[in-house]
Amino acid sequence: MASTLLSLASATPSASLCFHEINKGKLNLGCINKEKTNPFIKAKSFGRVSMVVASNVSHFEGITMAPPDPILGVSEAFKADDHELKLNLGVGAYRTEELQPYVLDVVKKVNKLLLEKGENLEYLPIEGLAAFNKVTAELLFGADNPVIKQQRVATVQGLSGTGSLRLAAALIERYFPGAKVLISSPTWGNHKNIFNEARVPWSEYRYYDPKTVGLDFEGMIADIKAAPEGSFILLHGCAHNPTGIDPTPEQWGVIADVIQEKNHIPFFDIAYQGFASGSLDTDAASVRMFVARGMEVIAAQSYSKNLGLYAERIGAINVVCSSPEAAARVKSQLKRIARPMYSNPPVHGARIVANIVGDSALFKEWNAEMEMMAGRIKNVRHKLFDSLSSKDKSGKDWSFVLKQIGMFSFTGLNKAQCDNMTNKWHVYMTKDGRISLAGLSLAKCEYLADAIIDSYHNVS
Amino acid sequence: MIISRFLRRGISTSTSPTRRRSWWDHVTPALKDPINAVTDAFLADPCPYKINLGVGAYRDDEGKPVVLQCVREAEGKTGATNFLESTSTAISSKLVEESAKLIYGEDSDVIKERRFAGIPALSGTGACRIFAEFQKQFYPDSTIYFPDPTWSNHRNIWGDAHVPDRTFHYYHPDSKGLNFVALMDDVKNAPDGSFFLLQPCAHNPTGVDPTDEQWLEISSLFKVKNHFPFFDVAYQGFASGDVERDAQAIRIFLEDGHSIGCAQSFAKNMGLYGHRVGCLSILCNDKIQAVAIKSQLKQISNTMYGSPPIHGISLVSKILSNPDIKALWLKEVKVMATRIQRMRATLREALERLGSPLNWQHITNQVGMFCFSGLTRAEVDQLAKEFHIYMTHDGRISMAGVTTKNVDYVARAIHEVTASDRDIKILHNIGAYKVNTDICSTSLGTKKTRARGMNLAL
Repeated sequence: MASTLLSLASATPSASLCFHEINKGKLNLGCINKEKTNPFIKAKSFGRVSMVVASNVSHFEGITMAPPDPILGVSEAFKADDHELKLNLGVGAYRTEELQPYVLDVVKKVNKLLLEKGENLEYLPIEGLAAFNKVTAELLFGADNPVIKQQRVATVQGLSGTGSLRLAAALIERYFPGAKVLISSPTWGNHKNIFNEARVPWSEYRYYDPKTVGLDFEGMIADIKAAPEGSFILLHGCAHNPTGIDPTPEQWGVIADVIQEKNHIPFFDIAYQGFASGSLDTDAASVRMFVARGMEVIAAQSYSKNLGLYAERIGAINVVCSSPEAAARVKSQLKRIARPMYSNPPVHGARIVANIVGDSALFKEWNAEMEMMAGRIKNVRHKLFDSLSSKDKSGKDWSFVLKQIGMFSFTGLNKAQCDNMTNKWHVYMTKDGRISLAGLSLAKCEYLADAIIDSYHNVS
Repeated sequence: MIISRFLRRGISTSTSPTRRRSWWDHVTPALKDPINAVTDAFLADPCPYKINLGVGAYRDDEGKPVVLQCVREAEGKTGATNFLESTSTAISSKLVEESAKLIYGEDSDVIKERRFAGIPALSGTGACRIFAEFQKQFYPDSTIYFPDPTWSNHRNIWGDAHVPDRTFHYYHPDSKGLNFVALMDDVKNAPDGSFFLLQPCAHNPTGVDPTDEQWLEISSLFKVKNHFPFFDVAYQGFASGDVERDAQAIRIFLEDGHSIGCAQSFAKNMGLYGHRVGCLSILCNDKIQAVAIKSQLKQISNTMYGSPPIHGISLVSKILSNPDIKALWLKEVKVMATRIQRMRATLREALERLGSPLNWQHITNQVGMFCFSGLTRAEVDQLAKEFHIYMTHDGRISMAGVTTKNVDYVARAIHEVTASDRDIKILHNIGAYKVNTDICSTSLGTKKTRARGMNLAL
């Protein structure tokens, strides 16, 4: 029995080495160090009566470290580096030209407003703040969209993109047991983890073509076609993470065709609405196209990047259904999933978004700031492209830097080349070749170009 | 629920905007959350003197929600806008450290030796859920023992983590107190090394807490059985008004050498309901193990929602780490707990003054926000229908909803609906029995006829 064996295990750390064969930390009780004296019998006085009583060894004796997060590891390595020219292109959080974190003015305004209002801190309903749910759906689908007017969207406030994705994953697990989610290769690292934890099987569809440093469109279509009917296809609504490569509108049309043919369900992850092009509507075009075809669509939203609300954890899960009645049922089940996860979502981020989107002046300001942020990234892309093109005499086509969109760029550098970027040039990035342009300033573009050219040509 | 795919085979033409694929036909409406359903019914009631004794959220004597002054002060100091990734980590660590000090004691060895793994969590629910997932991951065949009864959401939390549950005896419906003998039996008979959920103070829903002596015995037995104690601490400060006092059960277990787990919520005792702030901690053998366990807890939370929102975390960490604000908080907790204690006494007195022969001692014996009134489902329904007083079906009254203005009304309503119980009691007392009873006049001045077949054997 697990507990009896555990109580025989030594309390010292060295014994836990025996448990190293643990798969994901699950206990392998085949290895117990019996040679040590039984440490769990201790005489102890409790002040009420002296007795020999087993001092309980932790039940979680053999648990090993979880694997480190690859992205955060980059930031840590960066911090430890003393070099004056070091550059952090790891984590995807927006930085100003001065490479400082940025709190949007409109957010500061609303925070002040909320402080003055001094509203109560009562529980939100399980589905979240009604005012927030209304504006977030309207933002994504368009306020005049028939699906909104017909009340066919089940919207539930979630904890940013991650929390919203998890709610959807749990819904899929419950109502489509055995159904697969297809995720792009590559995709955001946490997607796999979320589906794993939610016990939803997944497989990959081809996406990134290293030869063109662009989209492997044929591979993508073929893989979506080949998936079992009724699969969930996870699509990045705009500004694909990590590649920065988005399908064109025409390609989106073909993707929609194939999904409809195969009776798949499109599942959008929209983490950058407004941040990619600078326009909220433009960035929602892919989702709106699918919805306009009458398709039932799942869409997870996040306000972490476009409102800089990373730490407030505000987002939403939307399920566009064929009828308002279905939407009501789906919403009730999303609530049923949320209640034993956290009971009800946090209020502050929701109030910020509701106030900004609900006030036309603040909404305008937000749009302007978003254009500014997206604009800075576009400028940086241009400068980087120009630097690369002028410095590199090999004739290599660097235009993918301009074609890609959003915070991230897949440089096409392999692992060895990435290591060179870090070790020789003190440029920190993830090993898949992804750089975060949000962490790049115009001033550093030339330096980065030198680093990329050197790594690309001189390292294999 | 295995859904036959061919039920959902759709039309494969592509671009007609009027054709609708319908994926969700098999999704049935979820059952309403029992506690929220009470609030919904309350909100839907147009009666101007309706009373909500359902959800456990504190109200002042005007029946209004309260934002504590210590929270307002912390708001003023935290500079709400500047939450950047760098400061977020530091603030989160501070929250965990301060929470651990609050529950384990500042001078505890556990704190000094850093022998705990802790992460901020989405209030109590979030902390429990992360622990349930952790338990499932590392003890996949384990179960969880809940007190009978317990908070309705506990079952769903562990259930969604795929951990089956059992119960142990807790509430004694006759005494309306603790069924200690049966509790100890169940603890003894559970397989060694079982996981138990314990509420250290202000038990929800019953308000029945073990005494210190009983906790000592429970702790001893837990040692013998090598059970894992997981404490759900939702009301530290709310039971007695003193946060140290309310942590006694935990301190007892600590002194006995248990390596416990603990879910803390700041929803009630700091009035931060909507911010979702809490802490999950697990005691370890040493610092090294603490680091490993923390990494596993973080991984679980990363796949559920990332991290909890910084705003609430920052408020709690400021309140607990700033001595002046903390002192203010402790005062305010005492005020809240005292008001509830006063309402308990007042309600009981009112019922006794009405001449109710029933025993209402439990109203003042029970502790914390809730009173397990002993009212039957039918009586609860009657209270809602006729008196517009709302509470959960199990007869749980949130005392926080009782005010000096409404306590008499509540007393009279309870007195009225327990008429038949009173009749039984009276008849018991006078040694008679009756068939087909009778008219009972209410103290609200209306006569109500009830046809009832009562056959009382003596």
